[in-house]
Parts: sequence; structure tokens; C-alpha cells
Amino acid sequence: MAVTSALLYLDGVTVSFDGFKALNQLSLAIDPGEMRAIIGPNGAGKTTMMDVVTGKTRPDNGEVLFGGAVDLTRLDEAAIAELGIGRKFQKPTVFESHTVADNLLLALKNPRGVWATLFASATAVESARLDRILETVRLTEQRDMLAANLSHGQKQWLEIGMLLASDPKLLLVDEPAAGMTDAETAATAALLKEINKTHTVVVVEHDMAFVRALGVKVTVLHEGSVLAEGPLAQVSADPRVIEVYLGR
Amino acid sequence: MIAASLLAGSERRAWPFLAIILTLGIAIPLLHLVLPPTSPLYVSSYIVALIGKYLCYALLALAVDLVWGYCGILSLGHGAFFALGGYAMGMYLMRQIGSRGVYGNAELPDFMVFLNWQELPWYWYGFDRFWFAALMVVVVPGTLAFLVGWFAFRSRVTGVYLSIITQAVTFALMLAFFRNDMGFGGNNGMTDFKDILGFNVQAGGTRAALFFASAAMLALGFLVAHAVVNSRLGKVLVAVRDAESRARFLGYRVENYKLFVFVLSACMAGIAGALYVPQVGIINPSEFAPANSIEVVIWVAVGGRGTLIGPAIGAVLVNFAKSYLTGAIPEAWLFALGGLFIAVTLFLPRGIVGTIAALPLRRRVIAKPIEPGAAATARAAE
Repeated sequence: MAVTSALLYLDGVTVSFDGFKALNQLSLAIDPGEMRAIIGPNGAGKTTMMDVVTGKTRPDNGEVLFGGAVDLTRLDEAAIAELGIGRKFQKPTVFESHTVADNLLLALKNPRGVWATLFASATAVESARLDRILETVRLTEQRDMLAANLSHGQKQWLEIGMLLASDPKLLLVDEPAAGMTDAETAATAALLKEINKTHTVVVVEHDMAFVRALGVKVTVLHEGSVLAEGPLAQVSADPRVIEVYLGR
Repeated sequence: MIAASLLAGSERRAWPFLAIILTLGIAIPLLHLVLPPTSPLYVSSYIVALIGKYLCYALLALAVDLVWGYCGILSLGHGAFFALGGYAMGMYLMRQIGSRGVYGNAELPDFMVFLNWQELPWYWYGFDRFWFAALMVVVVPGTLAFLVGWFAFRSRVTGVYLSIITQAVTFALMLAFFRNDMGFGGNNGMTDFKDILGFNVQAGGTRAALFFASAAMLALGFLVAHAVVNSRLGKVLVAVRDAESRARFLGYRVENYKLFVFVLSACMAGIAGALYVPQVGIINPSEFAPANSIEVVIWVAVGGRGTLIGPAIGAVLVNFAKSYLTGAIPEAWLFALGGLFIAVTLFLPRGIVGTIAALPLRRRVIAKPIEPGAAATARAAE
């Protein structure tokens, strides 16, 4: 039945906007438990790739399979999220008028229906889970602070915490280190490695120091398709990669 | 008891607000009924009806706050739900006139006789019974809200486009209700009501009871809205308002949440309209005027969106000013309203209650280093 053992499998995916091909016959396979870094110049299709996987954008053609069997191109965002694909946006997106704890509470793996949330009440189990996540993303002190009052880096971490809270099988993380200090960047790399012990992670990043710190297999996108794939040392030695991206 | 459980874990302003509403709901009718008209504390039937009208507006404002303040849906068509509730009540009141109309027709309201209608249209069936009319007061606005919301939210129509759609809905309904052959009394609407539940609508006791009912429904509406916004569903609503796509990617079906709160709000607006009609004694298509719905949004903004109490206060204050100014200097009212909206937007963006609520918050922030957690942070920083 399953055509692939990959957790996430894209084959020949094409997306065009008014004739411009944001993705051009993109093929990509992410194995269960893997962490993959995706790099590429602006407009290479990194964010569009995430949009396709999370149901925001429908591809013109091509196949997108999750767990080898589920066709993601037929589902909407909420259904894909419930399948276990979590997404962190490029710009940190948290619920600003909620406290840090409430942000995480809403992300916890609970029934998402209207009636379920209308009658839901906080449980001790939830509270314990929140404590653990707060510790992981180092926001224990900020538990009751409004998310709007967090620093940029803390918002990035809170959003990662929200992903953890929803306990997805696959995390798509878009530029987690953007706007962070060097120390925060290093800490974020360590956090993602920690998360990778129990989750499959795809990271889109510009910051080469960050990608180096992750030390994982790298996919280079260019003009909507894969240009090179392999360890960072190998792809950064590839003359085509140097020409389109690293050399500039 | 139920009120206590609904208010569990709520902010401290909820109880005084409820107490004021209920005190008002009991005191005003008593002052009207018990005291002789010569007493300085006597409340005339004009004042009872006037304040009763304000209470209905307060419930309408509360309904708008639920969708706009908490879920970010700027509805500029809530006047339509209010008017539909009013029409459902008006139809009941018309049927209660019976053979006492000008034409003495026991079956048909006067305007139908005047238009040479031979029999009651099917959609008037059942409105001679109070329970049916009372049901329609919530079912009709609720159904319209469901249909509009179903298509709009599913197609992800948001922001100003949704506001325009709601304006279009209320405008279309106004044009439709202006037509005589719709069977709702055309531009004259419905008036000359006689009885409600067998009591004369003009009688002091009935006015007092209607006033109490308005206060009670405002209190109930407040309790329901309060329970909703303080539930986890309420947190999701605010999440949708703040970052809709984030909520979607967390797995929430945003359109269902919007639909729920939009329909609930429309039902509340319908109840407000139903209580309004017997107190003012008339319902006509001008209640559907797009400007009415915009005025409601101004009440909410003045009082403070996202506070529940604020919109109720805003509705009463703005309408009190309207009653006063349209009497004293009629030509100034629209300028005053426009000026008020600009002033609130510029100087009180949180509205009256929102601004007051923010004051103790600032004090709390200053007091923070005393708390153990914050003190630890401060020490660590040293």
C-alpha cells in the first residue's frame, strides 16, 4: 500500500502563481526521526513548500504524502494539524493577548471542536504538561505574562513550545533563528536537537552558522526544485550551490 | 447558584454590574407602580419605557461585543438581527389586536385588510401564540446569521469585506421590508399594539414587567456571554482574533468557532429587539437602516470593546446623550455622534471601561518585583 517509507514525501510538486513557478517539480523525502535543514536563496520556494505541506496552498500537480498513505493535498489546515504536522511561522506568531500558559494550553493535544472547548476545564495533567514544556522552552518565569510582552526571541521559543504542546509527528520550523542573538541562536539549535530526539523536524533557515550547529543533512532549493542534497560540507562545496547561493 | 458557577473565576467587575442591572430592574418598576405621581421619586411611564429601551440597546451592544470584541468579526449588520427579533414580536402583538383593529377583522392585521388581502400568509401562522413568536425571536435571526456566517466564514471572508457583507444584508432586508407585498406592513411597519400575554401594553404594570424582563435578559445575556468568553472556547475566540492562521495551523476549525459566536450573538440581538418593540410600541423597516448597525458599533467602541460591561454602559450613555441632544439641539446630534467616534478612536482606543481597567494593571506591573518569581529574576539579573 505505502509507496514510501518516508514520513513526508513530495513528488513532482509544482505550484505556480500567475505563471511564476514557485515550486517546479519538487521532490523531497523526509524519513521518520530525521532532522532536515532546507536552505536556499530568497524565492527558492521554501515557504511555499511549507504552505503546500500544511494545506495553505494547493499544488497544481504532484503528490504530497504523509506517513506514506495520507494525501495531504486533499486536506485543509485544521485536518493536517490534527494529523500531527505542526508549523512555526517565519515571523513569530503567538496569541498576544493571552498569557504564555494560555498560549500553550490552546496548543495542547485536546479535542479541537466548538463544544469540546466550550465545556473544557483545566486538569492537573494539563498543568503538569505545561510545566514541562515551559521548562523546555525556558519560559517558566514568564508563565503568567502576556505573550505580547515577550521579547522577540522568547516569542520564537513560545511558538516552538506551542508546537511541542500539540505533540506533532512532524515539525516544520521556518527560520527559527531569525532576529536572534548569537547566544539565543545556539540555544535554539540545542533546543531543536533536543526536540529531534522524539520528533521529526524540518528546518528552513538562512543562517549558515545555525545550520552548521544543527549538523544535519541539508537540502538546497533553487527556483522551486532541489539543487543539491547531503551534508553541509558536501553541498557547500558544490559549485552550483556556490554560484546560486553561497557565493553571493 | 447557576450565576455563581457561570461567574466562577471571573474578574471582579462582573458582580457589581449584575447587581446594578438587577437593582435597576426591580427599583424602577417599583418606583413607577408604588409611588404616587406627585412624589419626587416617582418614575413616569415615559421614563420607564425610555430606560427600558436603553436596556435593550445594552443587550444589543453586548451581542456585538461578543463577535467584535472577542472574535474580531466587525459586524455592521447586527441591527438586522435586532429588527428581525422585533418583527417576530411585532407579528405576535399584531395578532393579539384581533377584531379591535380599525377594520375589525379578527384574522387579518389592518394593513392586510387595507391591501385587500383575503387570508393570512403562511409565514404568519403560529404567531398568534406567544411561545411560537418567542421561539421565532431567536430562531429567525439565528438562522439568518447561520446562513450568512456559513458562506462567509467558510469562504474565509474577513475584515472589511465581511463588514460590507453584513451592511449589504441589513440594507437588502430594509428594502425588502419596505415593500408592501412582503406582508410585514411595508414602510409603516407594525404599531397600535393592544395586548401582550393578555395584558394591556400601555398599562403601568405591563410596562414595569417589560422593564424588568429587559433588565433580566440583559443580566442573563451578560452571564451567558461571560461564561462563553471565560471558557476555553472564549480563549480560542481571542486566539482567532489575534492570529487566525496560527489558530488554524494548531488544528482549530476557525470557521466553526466564528459561526458559533456569530449565531449566539444574533440570537441575543433578536431577544433585545423583541423586548424593544412592545416598549417603544412600533417596529418598521427603518430599524434595518445600515446606519443603525454602525451606531451600535460606536456604542461598543465608546464603552470599550472586549469588556462586555463597557458596551452596555456605552449603549446607555450614548443613547442618553442622543435622547437629550435630539430634544435640545436636534441638528447637533449627528455631529456629536461623529465627533464622539473620532474622539474615542483617537483618545480612548480602549473605550471607557477598557481605559479604566488598564489603570490598576499598570499599578500591578509596578508592584511586580515584590512577587517571589520576579524577585528571583531581579536577583539573577544582578
